[in-house]
Amino acid sequence: MKHIIIGNSAAGIGCVEGIRRLHPDDEIYLLSDEKYHTYSRPLISYLLEGKTDLERMKYRSDDFYEKNKVTFMPGERVVKINPATKKITTESGTRLSYDDLLCATGSSPFIPTTPGYESVQNAFTFSSLDDALALQEALTEESRVLIIGAGLIGLKCAEGIRDLCRKITVVDLANRVLSSILDEQTAPIIQKKLEENGIRFLPEDCVASYKNGEAHMKSGKVIPFDILVTCVGVRPNTELLKTAGAKTGKGIQIDDHSRTSLPNIYAAGDCTECLDISSGQQKVLALLPNAYKQGETAGINMAGGDHSFKDSIPMNAIGFFGLHMITAGTYEGSVLDKSENGNIKKLFYQDDLLKGFIMIGDVDKAGIYTALIREQIPLSSIDFDLIAQTPGLMAFSKKYRDETLGGVRYGY
Amino acid sequence: MKRVYVNEKWCLACHLCEYYCAFANSGEKSMVKALKNLKINPRIHIEEKNGISFAVSCRHCEEPLCVKGCISGALSQKDGVILIDQNKCVGCYTCVLSCPYGAISPTETGVMQKCELCTTNASGTPACVKGCPNGAIVFEERGTV
Repeated sequence: MKHIIIGNSAAGIGCVEGIRRLHPDDEIYLLSDEKYHTYSRPLISYLLEGKTDLERMKYRSDDFYEKNKVTFMPGERVVKINPATKKITTESGTRLSYDDLLCATGSSPFIPTTPGYESVQNAFTFSSLDDALALQEALTEESRVLIIGAGLIGLKCAEGIRDLCRKITVVDLANRVLSSILDEQTAPIIQKKLEENGIRFLPEDCVASYKNGEAHMKSGKVIPFDILVTCVGVRPNTELLKTAGAKTGKGIQIDDHSRTSLPNIYAAGDCTECLDISSGQQKVLALLPNAYKQGETAGINMAGGDHSFKDSIPMNAIGFFGLHMITAGTYEGSVLDKSENGNIKKLFYQDDLLKGFIMIGDVDKAGIYTALIREQIPLSSIDFDLIAQTPGLMAFSKKYRDETLGGVRYGY
Repeated sequence: MKRVYVNEKWCLACHLCEYYCAFANSGEKSMVKALKNLKINPRIHIEEKNGISFAVSCRHCEEPLCVKGCISGALSQKDGVILIDQNKCVGCYTCVLSCPYGAISPTETGVMQKCELCTTNASGTPACVKGCPNGAIVFEERGTV
């Protein structure tokens, strides 16, 4: 069998590892429009901050492609997929045939149409290693940086470049930072942390136009800047498969086997949309763990196995200047607020299930809450009062503990 | 593969496993030097309440959510043992978010630590097992988790 993988990040690598779990000798071609060895995209802010480097941020070891017998084709952008002939064409004119194909094309930064944007001298986005290296090159100690968007990407960018420039202003349309993962009560804690570290936040505003190195805001404010970074969000790269005839919504539609609507074509990662079981809605869950698991699932199925990934939920672990937060699921239902001593813990529950949580500060053992959401464990089957206070296995039944800690198998 | 298993019936909540773990991973030759007057930060933790107690450490899952979710590639699975390359870890806490057992925790420097079954320190075999005075922690082959 011959497999083609388009994309060299978590989903593509997960696919390679999935295929190799079953078939050590199937042919694998991995194409990437980038020229780099697989690297971790979420680490680009850590790179600028000096917490990692180009060597350490490699997502897999130097011998990954060789060890996994992958024909790696860097710098090859795929421009066409023909599902009828099972062939792909690259920008350079290379044609390859496949038995099964994975599309893991990721997402691209969205840039809103703003008058004067084209005339901005130093305009950047912050999604790829090339983006980060270009931004680093342009920054000086005197730079005044304007970041559009106070989401995960915009704020990680701000933290990463904090010591590389003079001034950072972050603007967002929302009334708070991280509006996709924090509520109105918890967002100000992070905003305060950012402000303590010299990052200015401007809520409920957007740029009306750019003129002569200044951003003229809708509110009337004028912000002079030297460097602009647009981080308002990303859009799934769906065009390639959409043109080939696959069903797409916001992202490429896939089932729990990572199959698209086209035969022998799979998709995984940020280019897809999938079911969020905590809300029951189809969502683009552009998260690395999700991408890896979708890619791995695709790989196992491409190799002839039968594997499904049915428990995607939104989840984020992120921190700023030493203050960590972990959030997961959907914030609906009743709220149990167990915040104390400056640490935030809000648990959202409904219909005997934990639906979501927000933790800031002390995030120890947060994964136990994530498991309650992901595995849809009935709260009536555990000691919810105890687990809400302290995440631990004590709140579970003895049978659960015997199975997980003692390796005891009941009914076998 | 052999894993660490606990039998809560025999656990005395003496916390010796935590001390042996901290010592084994300290790199020190002397237990006094490794532990005296220091707040220990072991990779195994006792949970106790109302007379019930048990030790929790990495289960070395066959389908490890921490490894699959690791954003830096610092976590890996080698011969069934889940290892962390602290040189690659940036302390993002995605593994803390992912682990259903609460078995990964930060070091003093902010990167993560976890049980590696003492395969990467001088102990060679799990120090918690060797140090458990009541046989509540064992290192055995029992099939999959």
